[in-house]
Amino acid sequence: MERRPWILLAPALVTIVMLVVVPMSFILVYSFYENIDLAVDRVAFQFSNWQALFLDNYYRIAIWKTLRLSVIVTVLAAVLGYIPAYFIAMTKFRQRWLLLLLLILPFWISFIIRTLSWIHILGNQGALNGLLQWLGVIDAPLQMMFTEATVIVGFLHVFLPYMILNVYVSLEGIDRNLEPAARTLGATPWQAFLEVTLPLSLPGLAAGCLLVFVLTGGSYVTPLILGGPSDYLFGNLIHDAVVSELNWPMGATLSFTLLVLLGAVVVAYSRLMGLNQLSKAFR
Amino acid sequence: MAGVELKNVVKSFGAVTAVKDVDVTFDEGSFTTLLGPSGCGKTTILRMVAGLEAPTGGDILVAGKRVNDVPIHKRNLGLVFQNYALFPHRTIGQNIAFGLKYRGVSKSDAATKVKRALDIVRLPGVEDRYPTQLSGGQQQRIALARAIVIEPDVLLLDEPLSALDANLREEMRVELKAIQHRIGVTSIFVTHDQSEALAMSDKIIVMSDGKVQQVGAPEEVYNNPANEFVASFLGASNILDVTVAGSDQDSIALSTAHFGTIPVPRSRATNLGDGSSGRLVVRAEKLQLVVPGSKVTGVGAKGTVEAVDYQGQIARYFVKVGDLQLQAMNMIEGRPFGAGTEVTVQINPQDCSVLPAEVK
Ligand SMILES: Nc1ncnc2c1ncn2[C@@H]1O[C@H](COP(=O)(O)OP(=O)(O)OP(=O)(O)O)[C@@H](O)[C@H]1O
Ligand SMILES: [Mg+2]
Repeated sequence: MERRPWILLAPALVTIVMLVVVPMSFILVYSFYENIDLAVDRVAFQFSNWQALFLDNYYRIAIWKTLRLSVIVTVLAAVLGYIPAYFIAMTKFRQRWLLLLLLILPFWISFIIRTLSWIHILGNQGALNGLLQWLGVIDAPLQMMFTEATVIVGFLHVFLPYMILNVYVSLEGIDRNLEPAARTLGATPWQAFLEVTLPLSLPGLAAGCLLVFVLTGGSYVTPLILGGPSDYLFGNLIHDAVVSELNWPMGATLSFTLLVLLGAVVVAYSRLMGLNQLSKAFR
Repeated sequence: MAGVELKNVVKSFGAVTAVKDVDVTFDEGSFTTLLGPSGCGKTTILRMVAGLEAPTGGDILVAGKRVNDVPIHKRNLGLVFQNYALFPHRTIGQNIAFGLKYRGVSKSDAATKVKRALDIVRLPGVEDRYPTQLSGGQQQRIALARAIVIEPDVLLLDEPLSALDANLREEMRVELKAIQHRIGVTSIFVTHDQSEALAMSDKIIVMSDGKVQQVGAPEEVYNNPANEFVASFLGASNILDVTVAGSDQDSIALSTAHFGTIPVPRSRATNLGDGSSGRLVVRAEKLQLVVPGSKVTGVGAKGTVEAVDYQGQIARYFVKVGDLQLQAMNMIEGRPFGAGTEVTVQINPQDCSVLPAEVK
């Protein structure tokens, strides 16, 4: 066997083992410990945490809510992200870097601040209600905050750039002459897009979807800030278990479950599409 | 099938005017080449005919009908791109059948047409492969097949051979011309390669800087360049300053600084009055180097070979005659002249053409 690839891979492998595999193993071990009191654990090998996970409906509902919301956010991000990505990739505007810069500019502001900003827009005292009242459209402020819709808006706001960048990169890689070629052969602009550009950009779209899905599925801050009492995700249960209840073994159990769930999505995706040869799936 | 006409066509991109008042016709069934250096507006003209670019001014007519406002997909033109632009996610068969779908051709008819198109480009049986599984030359033929299978009114070819290596290019050149001849489609071919243009065209349109410099049959453009640009762009030319010293019925006597007086046939020097000055054009391959003292046909002058560029059967010589730097492309008989050799440079008046002095 050749040694060179392994030498080159070594730093990455060591890092992943030290920072991911080892800690995750600790977490798995921790999930078998027993929680006696707030923050008091007993070293053990027992299954009460796992039993709770499988028997308690509460957790199953959280998984369902998480998958549902992740799908909604992913689909919306795909539709809303594709359009600006297409525009940036196809524009004749010379300063394209400026558009890309605008896209990553929000990353310079804390994610929490960006999320909180929606309260000032959609809240009862927020900009939108203020505007509507000033225009006389409504008399009393509309209750818009702390619903599933605001959580979705918050997610889209934060994750859309990931989708746009992924789609943009794959659109950028498409030969500029393909659409005109389709057009001269008789396709309308829309047909040319559907037949040529869309299928060739699917790898980027799929990668963007995977990223947004996994990022949404693993979140807890956005529903915490923008959601109501029933808008929690699986990540919020982990947060509650670890931070509020100080039940670390249960937190470990839930963490590991989330890892397996999202990992399964990634594996299924790579099985279905092939992580490297995505485009072949659509030939 | 149909002819194409451009009437005073102008195209500007912001401050850049890529095409300046171009007025040309492409005859029905003919093979016409747009020839010119990089950036002279050839592609822009082709894209305007295809509808991919809207002219800033003027009219484009196909089969006598103005098509300025006809959308691309309704123009029924076959366009072959410089980089082929095959659809990478489709098989060769699907690539070629692409245009047939929009023409209401049934699946089974399409398969027959695809097969015939592949036969025409001499690549039968590759329907199920993907473009990346073909060589550059093969991809080029598929691009051609895809363009001709829709039986276009006009075939537009944008430097389709430029990505091929030299041998393949010459082979494809012959084949492309043969295919065009067989199906008889009006073709507009873009190139900046003069030998390609001379070999393939019924008519050449020489362009520079967005303007048409000359329109004519290959031998006409080659032998009687309309101006210095055409003379120097089509092969290497020597250009000498001359003044008209006198004339008789058959010829005009032109006096030169280094070759004495050259009697050029009248047919080769129009529009020059007595005493006026002009520019004499002699192609490099018409400038003959001979051993000093041998019999000279035409006029001769003493020169020195400064450098030799050996090219197999022929050699390109850089010769100095007085303060004049000249180029000669000669067949090699025996051994080529080495650098530093004294030679006699001879010009046959039959091979000259004369242009009026350019107003600068
Ligand atoms: N979309 C565009 N925007 C701005 N300028 C353009 C555009 N397309 C072409 N040009 C300019 O128009 C001029 C002619 O371009 P064109 O592509 O027609 O040249 P060409 O003769 O095909 O050259 P080449 O042999 O290099 O392909 C060039 O100066 C080019 O920079
Ligand atoms: Mg070009």
